[in-house]
Amino acid sequence: MDIHEFQAKELLKRFGVQVPRGGIAYSPEQAVYRASELSGDRWVVKAQIHSGARGKAGGVKICKNETEISEAAQWMLGRMLVTHQTGPQGKLVSRLYVEEATSIAQEIYLAFVMDRKEERVVVVASGQGGMEIEEISAQEPESIIRSVVDPAVGMQAFQAREIAFSLGLDAALIPQAVKTIIGCYRMMEETDANMVEINPLVVTTSGEIMALDAKVSFDDNALFRRPEISELRDKSQEDPRETFAGDRGLNYIGLDGQIGCIVNGAGLAMATLDMIKMAGGEPANFLDVGGGASPERVLMSFNAVLNDRNVEAILVNIFAGINRCDWIAEGVIRAVRELNLTLPLVVRLSGTNVEEGRKLIAESGLPILTADTLAEAADLVVRAWSDTKTTVKGAA
Amino acid sequence: MAIIIDKNSRVLVTGLTGRIGSFHTQDMINHGTNVVGGVTPGKGGTKHNGLPVFNTVKGAVAETGADLVICFVPPPFAADSIMEAADAGITTCVCIADGIPASDMIKVKRYMRRYKAEKRMRLIGPNCAGIITPGQAFAGLMPPHIYKPGRVGIIGRSGTLGYEAASQMKERGIGVSTSVGIGGDPINGSSFRDILELFENDPDTDAVVMVGEIGGPQEAEAAAYIRDHMTKPVAAYIAGLSAPKGRRMGHAGAIVSAFGESAQEKVEILSEAGVTIVPTPSSFGEVVERMVA
Repeated sequence: MDIHEFQAKELLKRFGVQVPRGGIAYSPEQAVYRASELSGDRWVVKAQIHSGARGKAGGVKICKNETEISEAAQWMLGRMLVTHQTGPQGKLVSRLYVEEATSIAQEIYLAFVMDRKEERVVVVASGQGGMEIEEISAQEPESIIRSVVDPAVGMQAFQAREIAFSLGLDAALIPQAVKTIIGCYRMMEETDANMVEINPLVVTTSGEIMALDAKVSFDDNALFRRPEISELRDKSQEDPRETFAGDRGLNYIGLDGQIGCIVNGAGLAMATLDMIKMAGGEPANFLDVGGGASPERVLMSFNAVLNDRNVEAILVNIFAGINRCDWIAEGVIRAVRELNLTLPLVVRLSGTNVEEGRKLIAESGLPILTADTLAEAADLVVRAWSDTKTTVKGAA
Repeated sequence: MAIIIDKNSRVLVTGLTGRIGSFHTQDMINHGTNVVGGVTPGKGGTKHNGLPVFNTVKGAVAETGADLVICFVPPPFAADSIMEAADAGITTCVCIADGIPASDMIKVKRYMRRYKAEKRMRLIGPNCAGIITPGQAFAGLMPPHIYKPGRVGIIGRSGTLGYEAASQMKERGIGVSTSVGIGGDPINGSSFRDILELFENDPDTDAVVMVGEIGGPQEAEAAAYIRDHMTKPVAAYIAGLSAPKGRRMGHAGAIVSAFGESAQEKVEILSEAGVTIVPTPSSFGEVVERMVA
């Protein structure tokens, strides 16, 4: 789960990390008022969306007076801001964060990640702040500092000192830097974050260390024990198709194609998307119905897939281990009848009770296409889908 | 004698009395697995499905001589249960739970290192379908009837894709020595490399099939091991060729975050190491048949 910058900064502040003063605004008037509450003669208006690279997209503006603040706010609010992380549809800006501007002497990159190779938390830092880590590792790989945290004892002060000195910080700044680094680690540990990225962490001209931006994401599997973190969720930043499916307990990921998929098992679901693509189609979604799927759950899956208006054909692919093909077939038949499904539908069943399942579908009299292997099923659904295209064109 | 589990393994079920634990334990017993008891704290001294229930893993080990634990404990409590097994002198723990917090798994891995390598428990999973030596025993939730006993090992992150491989092989008369599900989590117990080494040293295995996917460094690590140490042929399928970068595809671990983690890169790294690539999930059968011919 991702959160907004202003939420991340609030959390960091609680763990002793300094951040610029700022406030939330929902209108240009509020933005101007927020700025008036802050000291200084320059302010930064920042669009709050779940994405990095907002600056390049126009979502971060430095303003010198009320008019500029008002104009920046006017431009951002209500806009679907498109960054290279949001996808072409962009993300809705409904909140702004107005901060006092900071005068920067040095920019630092600082991140804490769960490293899969080390199987531990790894701190990654670089004196080349402001750039994205991919750019830094491409352009200045020798500037990257790595430090591995032993989970038995947590991050130690000497490790934070080593990082701070390697960044070339002035001796007078070391205690503040250590406090910042250890604060970030403690926050990660105590909130079950799986990534904390501060880019840039800056040294101000008045000798303070501050987080100018903050990106934090949390381990979904740990939210059950972090109710205060779960409350930070902002559904308006999520793909509405995913929210719909997620609220119904389905493991669904929205994609850009036209062929809806209902599969059991994450690996098989991924492989099914690959096969559709190889057959010349584009998948509309990833959906894992899970083990022991009842007819109701299958029906629910159809609802989730059809909730995407772009879906023009559906493929159901089940290898039943603990699932039962007859239950799946029953769910498919109910879905076709209750939802008056007219789109081409291909069903491939294999495994437990496959004969019963195939029989149910054959005897239903419904126009359901069936296949024995995944390769056949993928070819069939892509062909059925492109046939509807040519028919429509022919009719027009 | 295949690897990790056989008909002589003394299997203990943690989380036995839950719905999932009860159901699959019965299936394991029905297929010849030597299940010796279960653990549910607070229910010690009772019987469940005819099996003795214990309060602690240590207590169960003392009474039954159990050496393999299958853990059906739900995700919030699973890490604790794995560490309890490690501390009780269990040889192998297979953990099914899907949804253990990553920070819990970091602790588990650290905890297991307290024991010297020769006394350290082998962890399989979490978020896996389990392990099976067809015709002898299994610990997990796979449908045993799709596996034919034989001489090809299977290692997979994904349960259902492992089923695809086994059933396509069975259709062509090719059997499985042992199938091991290593799970789809970012931080897991045994890696591809760990299990490859066991198959390399197993006189009853002639070849190995790997079922990998996007995300993580373990397929690349396996490729290096295969290139330098494996004498037996290996085939591999990698799921996720069409997965968009940065999106987590179902499994917590199935997300591309670094170089060498995309399906295309893994396929290249593995084929450079001499691995036969299974191009589609429908071609496990024919590729393995050609490989063992």
